[in-house]
Parts: sequence; C-alpha cells; structure tokens
Amino acid sequence: MANVTIKNLNKNYENGFHAVKDVNLEIRDKEFMVLVGPSGCGKTTTLRMVAGLEEITSGQIRIGENVVNDLPPMDRNIAMVFQNYALYPHKSVFQNMAFGLQMRKYPPEEIRKRVQEAAEILGIEALLERKPRQLSGGQRQRVAVGRAIVRHPEVFLFDEPLSNLDAKLRVQMRVELKRLHERLETTAIYVTHDQVEAMTLGDRVVVMKDGWVQQVGEPLGLYGKPANKFVAGFIGSPSMNFVDVTLNGGWVEAKGLRLKAPARIAAMSGRQLTLGVRPEALRIANGGDPAERCLDSAVDVVEPLGNEILLNFRVGAVPMVARVDPGVRVKAHENIRLAVDPERMHFFEQGSENAL
Amino acid sequence: MLIERKWKKWLNFHLPMTVFILFTLFPFYWMAITAFRPDGELYRTWRQPNASPLWTLEPTLEHLKGLMQTTAFPQWMWNTMLIAIVSTLISLVCGMFAGYALARLKFRGSEFLGTAIFITYLVPQTLLFIPLADIIRDMKLGNTPWALMLTYPTILIPFCTWLLMGYFKTIPKELEECARIDGATRFGAMVRIIFPVAIPGILSAGIFAFTLSWNEFIYALVFMSSAELKTVPVGVVSELIRGDIFFWGQLMAGALLGSVPVAIVYSFFVEYYVTGLTGSVKG
Repeated sequence: MANVTIKNLNKNYENGFHAVKDVNLEIRDKEFMVLVGPSGCGKTTTLRMVAGLEEITSGQIRIGENVVNDLPPMDRNIAMVFQNYALYPHKSVFQNMAFGLQMRKYPPEEIRKRVQEAAEILGIEALLERKPRQLSGGQRQRVAVGRAIVRHPEVFLFDEPLSNLDAKLRVQMRVELKRLHERLETTAIYVTHDQVEAMTLGDRVVVMKDGWVQQVGEPLGLYGKPANKFVAGFIGSPSMNFVDVTLNGGWVEAKGLRLKAPARIAAMSGRQLTLGVRPEALRIANGGDPAERCLDSAVDVVEPLGNEILLNFRVGAVPMVARVDPGVRVKAHENIRLAVDPERMHFFEQGSENAL
Repeated sequence: MLIERKWKKWLNFHLPMTVFILFTLFPFYWMAITAFRPDGELYRTWRQPNASPLWTLEPTLEHLKGLMQTTAFPQWMWNTMLIAIVSTLISLVCGMFAGYALARLKFRGSEFLGTAIFITYLVPQTLLFIPLADIIRDMKLGNTPWALMLTYPTILIPFCTWLLMGYFKTIPKELEECARIDGATRFGAMVRIIFPVAIPGILSAGIFAFTLSWNEFIYALVFMSSAELKTVPVGVVSELIRGDIFFWGQLMAGALLGSVPVAIVYSFFVEYYVTGLTGSVKG
C-alpha cells in the first residue's frame, strides 16, 4: 500500500494546449481521492499521467517512495478501470482477469485462486466462462473492477467508471465501490465529472477547472466552505444561487433584494460582491422571521419531486431556486416570502471570485 | 391494401434484384456452359435449327481432359496458389505492422507517410512494371516464382496497410493501455490484444490480397516466360489462344477451375469479410 505524491505537475500538449497546471496533491495511504470537474478540466490527464499513459511535461509523481516519472505503466504497480471497461473482447471473463497475472508470470494455481477470490467478492463467479459481449453493462463493470483487484496493486485508478451505466445501476455500483474500497484498503484515485459521485465516494475531493486545482478537501468541507465561486456552484445540486450585490451600510442590496449583512462582512461597505445562497438554505418565511432576513418574489415554476419541492423564482432578473419541504403548498405565479439564514450566506469577490 | 403492398415489394425489390442477379451471374453461367459444351455445338451458328445457346444437350468433359493433358494447367494452379499465398503473407505481415504504426504511434510525418503509401497504391501497374522489370532483371530473378512473390507486395502492402490502419483505428485505445498497465509492453499488447481483436480486418485484407494476386495478369505476363512457370490467368490466355484460334472450351474450363479457389476462400470467410469491411469492435 502506498501514498501518491504529485508535485508541480504540468502537461503541455504539442499543439500548445496546457491541460494540467502546477498540480500539487498528496494522496494518503488507503485514501479514496476523487478528482472532479467539468470536461476538459485536466482531471483525466492527471490520472493518465499517474498511470504512465501520458508523458509528464514537468513536475514529479511519486508512488510510495519511488519517483515514477519515467517508469512504464507496467512497472508502477497500479491498476486502472476505464470508462468503456476496455475488456479484451476475444478473451473470456476468467482470461480477462487472469491476463495481468499471467503477464507477471504468476503460477497457474495462484492465478486461479486470486481470480476466484475476486469473482466471489464481486459476485461474478457464474460468468467466468463468458465473453464480454455476453455480459450486461453492470456485469462488464464488475469484470473491469475484478481485473483490477486480482493484481493487488498499490494504487487503483478509476477513470469515470460509472458513466456508461444507467442511473439506477450507477447508484448501486457507487455503493459497491465504496464497500469494496473499505474492504481492500487500497489507495484509490477516482476521476468523475459527477459531483454526487465525488461527494459520496471520496474521503477527500479535488475540484479542478481549466487545469488548475480549485480546492482540495473533505466532501462536507467543500460543501460548507467553498474556496471560490466555481467550487460553490459545482458542488451541490441544484447548484448555488448567485446574485451580484452591493454592500451598502449594513445592507446587502440588489434589484429586488435587501438583506441585513452578516457581521463578518458588514465592514466592507461600498464593495461589489456576489452573494451565494444554496437552494436548501432558503425556506418559506414564517411570522417569526424579521423582514431584514427575507426576500420577496413570485414563483415561476414549481417542481414537486416528492421528497422535496423546487421553487423557481427571480430576484430582479436573476433566476433562482429554492428547495423547500414537500409539505409546502405553493402554486405558480403566487407571491412568496423566503427566509435566508445569515450564517448560510456565501460572499465572493467579483474579480477573483474567491470566497470571503 | 395488402395486395398493393405485395405488388410494390415485387416491383421495388424482387424485380431489380432478379435483374441484378442475372446480370452478375450470367458471365459465370456462360463460362460454365461453354466449358461443358462439345466443340460441335460451340462453333455452330445460332441461326441453325435446334441451336440452344443457353443450354447444351450433350455435356462433355472433353475440354477439361484436354486442359489437363495438353497443357501444364495443374502446374499453373500450383504456381498461382504458391505465389498468391506467399505474397499475401508477406503483404499481411508488413501491412499489420505498418498499419498499426500509422494508426497508433505519433511520430513526425506519420500522416504524410500514410498519404504517401496510399498514393503509391494509385500508381497503375501498367506503368510500374517497366522499372520493376529492370530491377527483376538486375537481381536475376526473372522467370522464377520470386519475381512475382516480391513484386505483388508492391501493390498489396499499400492496400493492406490502409485497410488495416482503418481497422486498428476503430479498436479502442484503452484496450492496449489496459494491457500495458496489466504488464505487457507495447509490442506485447499489439501482438496479444490488438491483433487477435483485429482478426476480421486481417482476414479481409488477406482475402483481398489473395484475390488480387491470384488474378494478377501484367506482372505474371512480363516476368515469367517458361510455360511451366506461368500462373493460371497468363497460362490459359497464352497457351490456349494460338494465333487467331481460340480454344473456347478449354479456355472456359481453365477459367472455371481457376475461379474455384477464390470462390471457396470468399464463401468460407464471408462473415469475417463483411465485419472486416464495416469495422467496429464493441468493448
């Protein structure tokens, strides 16, 4: 088992595209680290550089104590699960799982034992003789994971392994992966563009954008204290509402909105800021809420989801969403008053977009 | 309504299909019927009473017998087979490695090289045989099977390379990346994973190369002079047309026997052949 250290990692493609910019990460032993970000943010490139499938432009990658910059993939003692599973179509499930061990010249009994063991963990013993084309998407996924775990590698690399599955299966496999990680206790690096996957699977999460690391932290840390506007908008669903505001005396003002500024920023009077409020931080006001913590609007669209209701409304021209109790009875075009907890208001600088 | 549909299907599908099949198969039929028709019927004008141009009432094996006994036909078959197999193998091996390199390796000028190889395929053989004849003479290979085994790949390698390059490109890159993480070298991943997956493409390239060299005429005509070294297409034409006399029966018998191996190869691998041309592997 091993930790993975990434220092000042950069990737420049020949066409001049700078895909990964000065990435520094310390992935601890046995940790499940998730890289998340929109497509083109450099997360997959980073993972492929750890795997040795992509050359490193500058920087250093260490697995355990070894600098692996110039090691070929086969000598890094890693295993990778690909988005399209990459099962060898001409080999049976058993042969697929055994291939890595055969290449490393393990004795046949040992191979059989390990494949059997992995197949039991994943519940695919009955499929060992089948060819990949005879398997469903979820079964292929399991075989791909099985192929990774038979090798007992130091690090698991996952490249969006669940994104080819349908929504229901994805939730199920997510739980299984988490359970598997707890059982195997191997360092894992997992790439996804789905923030829900990132939040549920990761011990820690790295949010990336345009090749830069935006923030590294535990899932709830990212949710509660986003470092900038991008992370705030990316983590959480529906995403955070943003309104450009002016601080005026002790008040946060925008068209259609006037709230009392929380004490921590009240001193910045006159500054232009962006206010961020999560949909779940808004609730229908009751009589006890003072007007200085409330905003008034009219509902555009009501989305009843069963366990919650999403209310779409506008503040000035800015569309916003509130996530309220399923018991609330509101119709479209009705006027509502929503209360905001000052502790749950986020403020961002307008130029740098950094959190205050 | 139903009747109208049937009628439409007949007009739009069955009728054109029948015309097409008749059109493509008629030459084969004509070849076959001529091979078994006695000379008496062959050289008789159709205007005579009882003439049956499309059928024969007295089929004969005389032409086949004549072909086997008076010419070196079995030897031609053997020559053609040997030359076609060796040149196909040479071209396939070169085409597999070259196609893989062009599809997967990034190196300076790889795209230019791919285009250049394609362009060599477009140079007509009728031009190429002149310089090649010079080379063959200098290497003292004239009138040996090697003259053909080594010149056929000049047309077949570009063809195989291009077909296989296209096929390799349809195979997901992740397959070999995964193999390399699993412990294979790039070469190992190519041989153990990519080539087996590409078998449909490799087979169709092979079938095509085999057919092309089996039917090749110009090089075989120019480079081979002894009767016993000739290939079927050249042997049949040069030995069975004497001056202005066409031995139609034997000519067609030779053509019929000569097309059998190709027909067998095609029908045997037809399924692979189709998937090979349409490409695509599902992970």
